[in-house]
Amino acid sequence: MLSISHYLVLSLALFTIGVIGVVTRRNVIIILMSIELILNAVNINLVAFSRLMGSVNGQVFAIFVITDAAAEAAVGLGIIIAFFRNRETVLEDEMDLLKW
Amino acid sequence: MLDSIFFYFFAGLAVVSAILMVTRRNAVHSAIFLVTALLATAGIFLQLHAEFLFIVQVILYVGGIMVLFVFVIMLVNLDVAVRQMRFNRMWVVGLLLTLALGAQVYMVYRYVRMGDAPSLFNMAPAPAAQLEPNTQLIGQALFSDPYVLPFELASILLLVSMIGAVVMAKRKV
Amino acid sequence: MLQNLIDFFRPHVWPLLFALVIVAVVPLLAGYIVLLERKVMADMQARLGPMRVGPHGLLQPIADAVKLLLKEDIIPESADKWIFWLAPLLSVTTAMLAMAVIPFGPFFQIADLNIGILFLLGVGSLGVYGIVLGGWASNSHYSLMGALRSSAQLVSYETAAGMAVVSALMFGGALSTRALVEAQSQSHMWFIFLAPVGFFLYLVASIAETNRAPFDLPEAESELVAGYMTEYSGFRWALYFLAEYANMIVVSSIATVLFLGGWLRPFPNTRALDFLDYVPMLLMLLVGVYSLYRAPKQPVAVQKMFMVGVAGLCFLLAIVLALPVFAPAGSLLASMKPGLHGAFWFLAKVATYLYVFLWLRFTFPRYRFDQLMALGWHFLIPVSIANVLGVGIALYLHRSADDGGKGWPLAAALVLTTAITLLLAGWLAKKSDLRERVPAGERF
Repeated sequence: MLSISHYLVLSLALFTIGVIGVVTRRNVIIILMSIELILNAVNINLVAFSRLMGSVNGQVFAIFVITDAAAEAAVGLGIIIAFFRNRETVLEDEMDLLKW
Repeated sequence: MLDSIFFYFFAGLAVVSAILMVTRRNAVHSAIFLVTALLATAGIFLQLHAEFLFIVQVILYVGGIMVLFVFVIMLVNLDVAVRQMRFNRMWVVGLLLTLALGAQVYMVYRYVRMGDAPSLFNMAPAPAAQLEPNTQLIGQALFSDPYVLPFELASILLLVSMIGAVVMAKRKV
Repeated sequence: MLQNLIDFFRPHVWPLLFALVIVAVVPLLAGYIVLLERKVMADMQARLGPMRVGPHGLLQPIADAVKLLLKEDIIPESADKWIFWLAPLLSVTTAMLAMAVIPFGPFFQIADLNIGILFLLGVGSLGVYGIVLGGWASNSHYSLMGALRSSAQLVSYETAAGMAVVSALMFGGALSTRALVEAQSQSHMWFIFLAPVGFFLYLVASIAETNRAPFDLPEAESELVAGYMTEYSGFRWALYFLAEYANMIVVSSIATVLFLGGWLRPFPNTRALDFLDYVPMLLMLLVGVYSLYRAPKQPVAVQKMFMVGVAGLCFLLAIVLALPVFAPAGSLLASMKPGLHGAFWFLAKVATYLYVFLWLRFTFPRYRFDQLMALGWHFLIPVSIANVLGVGIALYLHRSADDGGKGWPLAAALVLTTAITLLLAGWLAKKSDLRERVPAGERF
């Protein structure tokens, strides 16, 4: 039988993998994608609790998380494009100077 | 029983896709694996009887945000990336610390309880037959009392981020 | 144990059967729509079209399919093999998946999801991946440019299409496709009469969504070779082509379900107009008589026999459609009437919508890409937002006073708001006169 623990463990697993992606990879775009994975893990958690409690608040909060993830992805990718135009790189350890 | 099969299928797909996503060398392959991970998450939402959230995840996340990611990856695609190191210099430390964090959170789930309340860990949700139509409930919540103000603020947030992204991606401001 | 298994599968037998029928029929149908397009194109250009392969060219799609299957499968050397293999699959899968929620008749639907319309929109947005990944995997400039342009176009017109759909949903009050058709039965008229601006917005947006002319810059031969399909040959190309025509069928079906009344006859549920129930049978009789009339005028004996065969088929269909109407009420034959007539009306409406697609292809010149994007963002999206607002205000004005509305008659409220929306559309069209538009700097 499925209990809330299954969903919590799944959410934790995805969260951990997302954090590993953020901390470990060099390519900034893959770091952004790992952040999206973290947000999804949080969404699974919210929806699982919403189902457990029988209230719709968790799902509404998950909708807001998705909306904010969209906004943040758009702005983050804009920053990456602007940076790439100036420095020709997308690797995080080469983005280490504030000016020339 | 069917519930469990669907859950394990989608959960396995999500975890395997996530692991593949953070280890690929080619960014487009990573993006495709993130798409499968997001679709598996949508499957989990559907299995939790949250059908509106399932379809919102597919339309917005997979059909909107990930298309944006794939566009940008194609724009900044460098052939040099194929021959470079994938992980940064401190990957071992990062990996160990993150796994320790994960283990700590698991301990919290498993063993912490508040007073005499039973442990959270084994509660099961109510059976599905008693749920009301999901879309209607969310619509009522979003457009009336609790959540109409955050809803309007979210649309202003999207407007601001749209303007910001357009300004940042222009060649001459 | 065996009884448990049978009980487990029993509710899924009919949907599985319908799914098999759709998967078997739709590729064949898509092939014949290609033939139909060539014939209609020929008709509009005062010539005959394919006539060689089979009588009147009717075996042409089969010949094409066999040729494509036997062609050599070329994969460019520096292409990304897995994604090259995956991309046409994604296109075809999403096109077929959308057929699952479309009600082809009152009983012929694979799955009646209660988020049916949103499912169709979601599957449409998944279709973008087939194009984008196909263009990227080919590792060639033309493909990548074509793919980026095509997906930018698709994403831009998805918003306008979605909001046009919302304006019909406001009358329907449900997201399930079957419930929408039944709402049209309840309100005694198709939603195209209640939301005409929404219908025309959806018409334009759906032509852009399926990459058809006049919005077919990304795949036109004189522009970017063949856009994202350049490096695909043989059966992979056939899959992309199949996906495009299956998408056309899906988009026509969505418009039929939302705006044209699904499987209902014109003015459903009104007793005074029940004579319209004789129309299917009369139409088939007419086509049969016309075929018989043309039979002696054919130059070759095979074609004469073929025309007589077509006439016979039409008469047979007319009899099949007439039986439920003339059978005594309550018998088995009479109970088949919604199914049979429903299928006829649905197919007739989808065929009409597809004919409009084909007609527009051979009438209008192509839009340049920046004109296309300007049309989507500067004209269609503002008008669709105004349309949603207008329909909302009309419904508020129509609600009775004790529900919080004003109690106007529906026709008055709708005429007022449609007039305001059309005025806005006219002003926007004049303001952004696309004929003067000059491409600036580098846009995709």
